[in-house]
Amino acid sequence: MALLNVEDLTVVFGGKDRADVRAVDGVSFEVRAGEVIGLVGESGCGKSVTSLALMGLLPPKGNKVTGKAIFDDGVNLLSTDQRTLRDMRGREIAMIFQDPLSSLNPVVPIGVQVTEVLARHRGMTGERARKEAEALLDRVGIPDPRRRLKEYPHQLSGGMRQRALIAMAVACRPRLLIADEPTTALDVTIQAQILELLKELVHQDGTAMIMITHDLGVVAGLCDWINVLYAGRVVETASRHSLFAQPTHPYTHGLLASIPRLDSVRGDRLNPIPGSVRDLLPWVEGCAFAPRCERVLESCVEGPPALVGGAHAYRCVNPFGADS
Amino acid sequence: MTEKLVEIEDLKVYFPITKGILFDRVIGHVMAVDGVSLSIGQGETYGLVGESGCGKSTLGRALLQLNPPTAGKVRLGGIELTTLPREQLRAQRKRMQMIFQDPMSSLDPRQNIESILSEGLVAHGIGANREERRALISRTLDAVGLPRWALSRYPHEFSGGQRQRIGIARALVLSPELIVADEPVSALDVSIQAQVINLLDELQTSLGLTYLVIAHDLAVVRHISDTVGVMYLGALVEEASSNDLYRRPLHPYTKALMSAVPVPDPLIEERRERILLKGDLPSPANPPSGCRFRTRCPWARERCAAERPELRLIEGHKVACHFAEELAGIAVPEGELVSRSD
Amino acid sequence: MTQLARKKIAKLERLAELAAVHANEGGESLWREAFRRLRHNPAAIVGAVILGIFVLVGFVGPFLVPFSPTQTGLGFVSEAQNIIPGPSAQHWFGLDHQARDEFSRMVVGARQTLLVGVVATAFGLFFGCLIGGLAGAAYGLGGKRGRSLDNVLMRFIDMLLAMPGLLLAVSIVALLGPSLTTVMIAVGFVSIPTFARLLRGSMIAQANAEYVVAATSLGVGRRKIALSHILPNSVAPVLVQATLTLATAIIEAAGLSFLGLGNPDPATAEWGAMLTDALARFEFAPRLAFYPAVGIIITALGFTLLGEAMREALDPKLRK
Repeated sequence: MALLNVEDLTVVFGGKDRADVRAVDGVSFEVRAGEVIGLVGESGCGKSVTSLALMGLLPPKGNKVTGKAIFDDGVNLLSTDQRTLRDMRGREIAMIFQDPLSSLNPVVPIGVQVTEVLARHRGMTGERARKEAEALLDRVGIPDPRRRLKEYPHQLSGGMRQRALIAMAVACRPRLLIADEPTTALDVTIQAQILELLKELVHQDGTAMIMITHDLGVVAGLCDWINVLYAGRVVETASRHSLFAQPTHPYTHGLLASIPRLDSVRGDRLNPIPGSVRDLLPWVEGCAFAPRCERVLESCVEGPPALVGGAHAYRCVNPFGADS
Repeated sequence: MTEKLVEIEDLKVYFPITKGILFDRVIGHVMAVDGVSLSIGQGETYGLVGESGCGKSTLGRALLQLNPPTAGKVRLGGIELTTLPREQLRAQRKRMQMIFQDPMSSLDPRQNIESILSEGLVAHGIGANREERRALISRTLDAVGLPRWALSRYPHEFSGGQRQRIGIARALVLSPELIVADEPVSALDVSIQAQVINLLDELQTSLGLTYLVIAHDLAVVRHISDTVGVMYLGALVEEASSNDLYRRPLHPYTKALMSAVPVPDPLIEERRERILLKGDLPSPANPPSGCRFRTRCPWARERCAAERPELRLIEGHKVACHFAEELAGIAVPEGELVSRSD
Repeated sequence: MTQLARKKIAKLERLAELAAVHANEGGESLWREAFRRLRHNPAAIVGAVILGIFVLVGFVGPFLVPFSPTQTGLGFVSEAQNIIPGPSAQHWFGLDHQARDEFSRMVVGARQTLLVGVVATAFGLFFGCLIGGLAGAAYGLGGKRGRSLDNVLMRFIDMLLAMPGLLLAVSIVALLGPSLTTVMIAVGFVSIPTFARLLRGSMIAQANAEYVVAATSLGVGRRKIALSHILPNSVAPVLVQATLTLATAIIEAAGLSFLGLGNPDPATAEWGAMLTDALARFEFAPRLAFYPAVGIIITALGFTLLGEAMREALDPKLRK
């Protein structure tokens, strides 16, 4: 039973004097309780737009969202009214952003911001809310929570801010957590702390999580199921072990081959993907990745490739492993 | 032994913290770099890693005399830079160049590419006229893989990776001996990072450049460096050859740092043991007594608070830890970071 | 695979074509791009049209007016009996209290108004930029001694800012004696601190930009960095402010004339002075106040519209 079932999500940005841009193009995936789903891709692949669309946080004008995102076999997140959505945000679904400083109100103490969430969604007030807030901060590993509650965001370090934000996100024990590059702005040792914390939370509460990141290393340690996005479409979707053991789409393969690894040897040459994400073909004409692909065939530009291959699916007519 | 191109001795960079409206009163110092010595051999790459606030960027800029050092010596090919008069220092800048992290903000948005690339040439009187300079620039554009029509374009018309190539071309066009690259790929997309890393590698091979690469990404530094120095709170805690360091980190901080870097391989991720550090970096304005890492070190003891450890030579590494020998065998199990056998 | 080969060749040819197009195209500088955006902004167009008409009237109008603006006795006017003839076929805006043609006076007054606005703003802009540029460059690049120089200059500017603008202008007029030149100097003088602070702040922000560090590391001299990097990147807000100041300068100059501190010769046609004259007769001839007032409002509006549009066009954050 899927907690969230996203089907054919499409987001088109357009205006009267601009050409339409399909930022997200027919993305489908499922999230089950206690499972971590990864959305991986580079800038402009549509991973963040996907999360904003699910949360109903896209700007009200200049875009068109189609498709279905059924939450808990009931509400379609994409078509429901703003009031229901507002009520669900925080209680059922919570989000963690990349930049904790701009997601926190700079002129309000951390404690007030946390108790506000508790008051709105769990009806807690006064001493009870304060106690709960303290427990929350303690849970996300903020030392001396009683003192921290009185402090302002700028008095906390980057890692502490992200912890505070996570505390607010899990305050109402949401069933789905969407994390958009939660560790990109942080140092590696702090990133390790935060990832460990997220793992723990998911494990203990059975929360489902959508992890959005560009870092394949983060995904490898955290996600159960991974969707690789390119130019708005899922190009490969597989379980974590299957994806890293057998990267099938040339883009996934290329990404893995191009990252310098701690365990590679000095002097090893990297195999970069040529060109940049700007060099793309519209999906309607063929595979968007074709201009950068080293395995490109004639058939690649003769129409959009379909997602094939069963459980470990890929969107490619000449995948890796096809010739052997 | 190769000849040393860069020699830094006990370099200190302190930034004053001031207060006051009409007259500034110094109330303290941020000790961004606090006594670092290192040397880089001709044609080698020295990688400097550390987390934000550890002083690695300040060190790079102090080496280039872009931040005036508070104390210490910096020599480039035997010439002492810290005491050089302004005009002589300006002439020396031709020999040492910098590549910046953010290729957009380090390029003047109102200059076209030709103007950006010829500025250094004009400043040092290279090339007799515009045609000669243009020929030189065109050759440099070829070397970094940019089309020649880029000349009349402006920075905002290029993608991130291309902008970084412009930044590299700007440094290269003066034929420097030393290039300081401050986070050269961290602002770029993953698939573009490899292109730029390979380009830096190729240029080093063909031009015999010496690099100081500053980055927070250990994998990147490990990939392109011969020697790696790990910085923590303004000081070097460990220095070793790239392969040695990654095979057998000795300092507790290096161990923690390496165990924190995610590896894109679930099998390794599941097997490896993490050393999770407590808390955050202390303020460089008020560093802890003794060993600066002791507040976060899982193995800290009394001696660490009392006495600041010096860099010592142990098994080919330079390590600043009182208990490096003892800790050498602990944690990070052997073979944890070996690659998959495929 | 021959077809694929053909396709690849075709693609390569297309790329070559594209490269050739690129090569001929030439880059688009930020200024040119800003201008292009300005052209697409309706507010900018309205502002530009208003100012175009205003400038045209100011330059050409005085040669085309039907009557001399100083010629009196064009009709019967009696202030004792509250008779001032209104608009007619001959006198489009009617006559004023000295039986001069109001329309001609408005047209000729436009030139005076334009002159006051432009000269006053230019005065303020010049000295403001001189002080602000010096302070900004000294603070940004001059080290400790530079900061002292900046401190001295800015405290002087703070002193100017501390005095109410109108009071300062009135004092200057009182000191130099009322004349059109004095009004221009006074109005310009009041705007010096604004320009100085703006340019200084903008230059200090730019001096910390990474491309300045890059230029330093290239070995470019400090003076060259200040003039060819920091200054060009700092002038945009100053230009916007100058356009907006043109509007306020016209209003302030009118205000000074209104207070009787402008040109002492009552015969000169000038909108501010005309407004003053009209006030005494407002009860029975309000139209005499209406014309110059509307003239001032529309002109100020034109400058403000253009200034705001320029601010938008030059804002790097709004670039796509």
